[in-house]
Amino acid sequence: MSSLLTTEICIVGAGPAGLRAAIAARDMGACVMLVDSEENLGGQLVKQTHKFFGSRGQFAGMRGIDIAKLLSDEVTKDSSVTVMSDSQVVGFYPDGTLAIEKDDCLKLLKPQRVICATGASERMLPFPNNDLPGVYGAGAAQTLMNLYGVRPGNRVLMIGAGNIGLIVSYQLIQAGIDVAAIVEAMPYVGGYDVHARKIQRAGIPILTSHTIKAVHGRQVVEGATVSAVDAQFCIIPDSDRYFQVDTVCLAVGLTPLTELLWQADCKMGYIPELGGYTPFRNENYETTRPGVFVAGDLAGIEEASSAMIEGEIAGLCAAKSLGYEIDDFEDRINRAKTELRVLRQGPTGEKIRQGIASLMQLREECEGA
Amino acid sequence: MNDGRIILHPILEFKEGKKVSFTFDGKEFQGYEGEPIACALHAAGVRVLRESPELGRPRGFFCAIGNCSSCLMTVDGRPNVRVCVEKLREGMNVKTQKGKGVLLANN
Repeated sequence: MSSLLTTEICIVGAGPAGLRAAIAARDMGACVMLVDSEENLGGQLVKQTHKFFGSRGQFAGMRGIDIAKLLSDEVTKDSSVTVMSDSQVVGFYPDGTLAIEKDDCLKLLKPQRVICATGASERMLPFPNNDLPGVYGAGAAQTLMNLYGVRPGNRVLMIGAGNIGLIVSYQLIQAGIDVAAIVEAMPYVGGYDVHARKIQRAGIPILTSHTIKAVHGRQVVEGATVSAVDAQFCIIPDSDRYFQVDTVCLAVGLTPLTELLWQADCKMGYIPELGGYTPFRNENYETTRPGVFVAGDLAGIEEASSAMIEGEIAGLCAAKSLGYEIDDFEDRINRAKTELRVLRQGPTGEKIRQGIASLMQLREECEGA
Repeated sequence: MNDGRIILHPILEFKEGKKVSFTFDGKEFQGYEGEPIACALHAAGVRVLRESPELGRPRGFFCAIGNCSSCLMTVDGRPNVRVCVEKLREGMNVKTQKGKGVLLANN
């Protein structure tokens, strides 16, 4: 074990939120250390081959893989941000020291501020044989094919017609892999129309009001049974359909990766609309533990566009709390907060607006108790 | 080693790394240096990576980004290695993990 490292701001996670937080804090003049468990920066952007929506400020029209490169280049263009890649933060001690594992060695880092941008993990779904090899997270399939050029399977059944289910299905087809069908328990497609239409043009059926009943196979997935469900999500008898597939991908939502925040004793609330346990935070994205900020999916499951804006806010505010100032601080904060409001408006943002309202209400109740 | 590889892609180009050899349960395999062990195995048609400790059920990877611990294997005598994020190197000895593995078996 080496001696105690120090920095002003440690950012945990170099995905869209963490990279933008690093850039913002660096712009303010703060000393930044950016830690990521992967070799390449960019988080899940590195496997996203589709073009983004949203505002030009959030790189609309660019592919995720290109945004990852642009942001990483910006972070590594000079030595003002220290990057620790292939390094996993495994501990958050009560005094604020972080334990970081790299190459089987443990390093200790005592930052003055922490911005957690650890992202999210994919949800599992309960059904018989859900542990058979071949039942993969949709993001896992995406990692295999888009990052490493390996086929996740030959014929895939996708569970979930939200944006991830639709986008990964389309990318499977692009990689030359059959998609048998997309199964969605809700009576409607959750993802954007533009993605759903691509799937329909490719001739892949989207079975709404259907669920996966079981997966079959001895050593690996050999098939799956899908059943229709009623308005209460109960399986309708005699509605079984068998699909001969070697892979079942689950795109049934994400949940924030909160382990470090639990260790840090940050207060959290269970908010289904935000993906599960979500940290209480103020409008500057500071948690209930002073000096610990959050951004991105960890602060509530949303999109890469909003993650980047949250990173900007957290980065600016963390540096400001250390006494750093820039002339256009207020402008940048106000612009970021306006962009977030715009992204979250309309029917597609309703769930996230409700989630954030619940989170803020629960926080007030807990503080009042 | 290329059966499970994507050759043509409309957007992406996959650079072939340096070919390396490794063993899986005693048999010789090949993969690209630096790719995750799980990718090299998957491309070679291997999906079962371990047996679950209680019921001995077959397990593969699930998340592929080091979060879920579904893909633990024994690598060069070390148990509980997350092969979805452990980089492949020449001469690695990769084994199906049965049970929970014994920590510090070599010490």
